[in-house]
Amino acid sequence: MADKLVIGGKELRSRLFIGTGKFSSNKIIPEVVKSSGAQVVTVALRRIDFDSNEENMVNHIPEDCILMTNTSGARNAEEAVRIAKIARAAGCGNWIKIEIVTDNKYLLPDNYETIRATEILAKEGFVVLPYMSPDLIAARRLKDAGAAAVMPLGAPIGTNKGLRTKELIKIMIDEIDLPIIVDAGLGRPSEAAEAMEMGAAAVLVNTAIATSDDPVGMGEAFGLAVQAGRKAFLAGAPAIKEYAEASSPLTGFLGA
Amino acid sequence: MNIILNGKKTEIEKPFTIMELLESKGIDHEKVIIEYNYDILIRDDWSKTVLKENDVIEVLRFVGGG
Repeated sequence: MADKLVIGGKELRSRLFIGTGKFSSNKIIPEVVKSSGAQVVTVALRRIDFDSNEENMVNHIPEDCILMTNTSGARNAEEAVRIAKIARAAGCGNWIKIEIVTDNKYLLPDNYETIRATEILAKEGFVVLPYMSPDLIAARRLKDAGAAAVMPLGAPIGTNKGLRTKELIKIMIDEIDLPIIVDAGLGRPSEAAEAMEMGAAAVLVNTAIATSDDPVGMGEAFGLAVQAGRKAFLAGAPAIKEYAEASSPLTGFLGA
Repeated sequence: MNIILNGKKTEIEKPFTIMELLESKGIDHEKVIIEYNYDILIRDDWSKTVLKENDVIEVLRFVGGG
């Protein structure tokens, strides 16, 4: 049976989504897209700085990628909706990552405002992927509001702490009939594999790739880890046991 | 005449069009998005839209983000 991930009516060829922040040079991004195999790529929208001649990030992203603008900087649903509409009008498609943050220390998302924004944008035809604090009830409300997937955090943004919220995300995977995409906090390919092994539909990685010594190499490593984790999930991991169980036969020993 | 440009009160000398405003700031207009009084302004209208007192202009661009 073919293993397909379909979001917003689009069949995706990769279960690794990547972010484009924090790269030392944006020129490297096309190579990272290639090495990682990522298809969905996130960008942000900001006011221009009149004092510096900055480049347009979108120019660095290969055309066959799906651009997903995040609403970072939004502090409530209305601001997120405004950013989403600007991104769509600017020709960046209708995929939107809702990111509504009012906590500056941990950058934890406001699930309540996120649900409100999801409802508004889904009604307006956006493919809405909300970034959220892992919580079953909030995830159910996001589904009802029209989310195309939900994206719980593994750990706070940029911390590289890994899958700290594993148990809560596992509950969401078991209970919510939507793709669950682990976003934020994954610092190592092994952690991406762990998320995929437990049934996450995809992962979104930015900091761990962008701030590594070799982003192209790390992008490839994450791409392979995501594939390995997915295959392991499909293959079905065996039960964990308390005591040893010999892998070799326990009869017919030579000395017996 | 004053406008609100990217959140800051900004004085302009004469009734610029949006396009003239960008040129005066040395902005490569191929790379930006304009929100004019809270609505997206399509590129074709940049040369036709003359700024008025207290207009709110946002000049935006895409940047790296996660």
